[in-house]
Amino acid sequence: MYQTNILEYLENTAPKYPDKVAFSDGVDNITFGDLQSRSKSVGSFLLSKGYRRESVVVLMNKHPDTIAAFMGIIYAGCFYVCLDSEMPPRRIDMIFESLKPRAVIYDKKNARNLAKLPDNAEKYLYDDICESPIDQLALGEVRERQLDTDPIYVVFTSGSTGVPKGVAAAHRSVIDYTETLCEAVQFDHDTVYANQTPLYFDAPLKEIMPTLKLGATTYFVPKQLFMFPTKLCDYLNEHRINTVCWVVSALVMISSLGALESNPPKYLTKICFGSEVFPIKEYKRWREAFPEATFFNLYGPTEATGMSCYWRADRELAEGEPIPIGKPFRNTEIMLIGEDGREVKTGEAGEIYIRGTCVTLGYYRNKEKTDEAFVQNPLCDAYPEIVYRTGDLARYNEHGELVFMTRKDSQIKHMGHRIELGEIEAAALSFDKILQACCVYNDEQKKIVLFYTGGATEAEIISYMRTLVPRYMLPATAICLEKMPLTANGKLDRKGMKEKAKELK
Amino acid sequence: MEKLIEILTDLHPDVDFATEEGLVDNGILDSLDIVTLITEINDKFDVSIPAEEIIPENFNSAAALMALIEKLDEE
Repeated sequence: MYQTNILEYLENTAPKYPDKVAFSDGVDNITFGDLQSRSKSVGSFLLSKGYRRESVVVLMNKHPDTIAAFMGIIYAGCFYVCLDSEMPPRRIDMIFESLKPRAVIYDKKNARNLAKLPDNAEKYLYDDICESPIDQLALGEVRERQLDTDPIYVVFTSGSTGVPKGVAAAHRSVIDYTETLCEAVQFDHDTVYANQTPLYFDAPLKEIMPTLKLGATTYFVPKQLFMFPTKLCDYLNEHRINTVCWVVSALVMISSLGALESNPPKYLTKICFGSEVFPIKEYKRWREAFPEATFFNLYGPTEATGMSCYWRADRELAEGEPIPIGKPFRNTEIMLIGEDGREVKTGEAGEIYIRGTCVTLGYYRNKEKTDEAFVQNPLCDAYPEIVYRTGDLARYNEHGELVFMTRKDSQIKHMGHRIELGEIEAAALSFDKILQACCVYNDEQKKIVLFYTGGATEAEIISYMRTLVPRYMLPATAICLEKMPLTANGKLDRKGMKEKAKELK
Repeated sequence: MEKLIEILTDLHPDVDFATEEGLVDNGILDSLDIVTLITEINDKFDVSIPAEEIIPENFNSAAALMALIEKLDEE
């Protein structure tokens, strides 16, 4: 039977490998068998409380049981929204305003963070509900009425006006992604992943979904290890990790601090990376350390479900050549569109438009932003066809591979996170001691720099912003200016300030 | 020590590094901070921090870091 629900992955795998570990953090494990029964329990509980077709917030640490909470929410026909305990209160408020959730599932470690949440939602402790009686009949009724166009999660990304945008993705997009990703990168039953990315993004789908589909195993690496390369490599070796799909900065941390020589990972055979530019020197170090491993560069926006393109490193790159993003996964098309709304000529730069089942449902309760980015296919005027406009510019190289060039706007990638500089400016401007703010990114030093006018000290502005934006969006430097440099038209001179940021030490 | 406090304050202007003893445990430093910090220290103190010394115990306070720098300097 043709698959229409992602839970079918779990239901096919659990009877085959009931006792195999599906997810682990190195201390606690969950087997496929337990994952299925706990997910059904959570789902049955939510149904008994009357939740249907609505968001359920998960405030849990990165832990094997968090996946049971996600799947349980899907069993109930609802969609999950994962929050991070380190998210600043203002951001949580904005996410709640958008979702208006009626239920929150939390774990013991986050009990003290409940106070940060608005009180108009019921809060359920995971431990209290994960062994609820399974109501097979109720779960079956939900399944019968569920379509592959129903959402399974909402992931919040940075928004240029200061309000995060929630991307809602449906079963069919996630199934499409899982199938074509597994095919392209050739994950299998023996794959052992070390997950690095936080669960409140779409990035960890790379590990979670193939694990469910193939009966593989995913380890959730404790975040702190990404500061300590030797300990991280010990962890990889202890758990015989053979596959990593990490942001570039995590790989660079290992290589640039010398751990590839002193304590290299021993079992890696697949190394996927993406989300930002890989400094070529570090990329070469990795290639030399793992001559037998296959390397993949992955590219894709949250709005098109996880990743959309991949490049398998099967040739040497020329001096100064950027690492290509390659080609789209099967059943996804990339269109390069010029200013005139037509496809550009081969070799010319165009904006990436993405077409296919991978295109998500749009931004949650945000029609305005949805209409700007989820648009009618400019190459089709015969019937409605929504495609996603990425704002990324790319071109084809002489090998026929796609190469990412730059952004059309002020969105940046920092530590693998996608950030709108406008959101940081909006946060700074909400401080009453700040008059003007201009945020730029120093690509070389990988630092967010904030220029501002007004009476606040650097420490004041930074501590204020800590309450508004996630840590990865905090400026590394805040510089108070007497006067903001303006262009001839009287606009903020962003280019000038970007140059200025380069001169900073 | 002053030089080190200066490097740290550049990273987090709102933290009192003279007294803070949980730079790692309290989540003040992140992985990018560690990379920046090591590059800066290698640069300004003319030492080279080997991978095996990059462990939480050596990065929890300015004093612990200073002790590491002095130890490496003597070697």
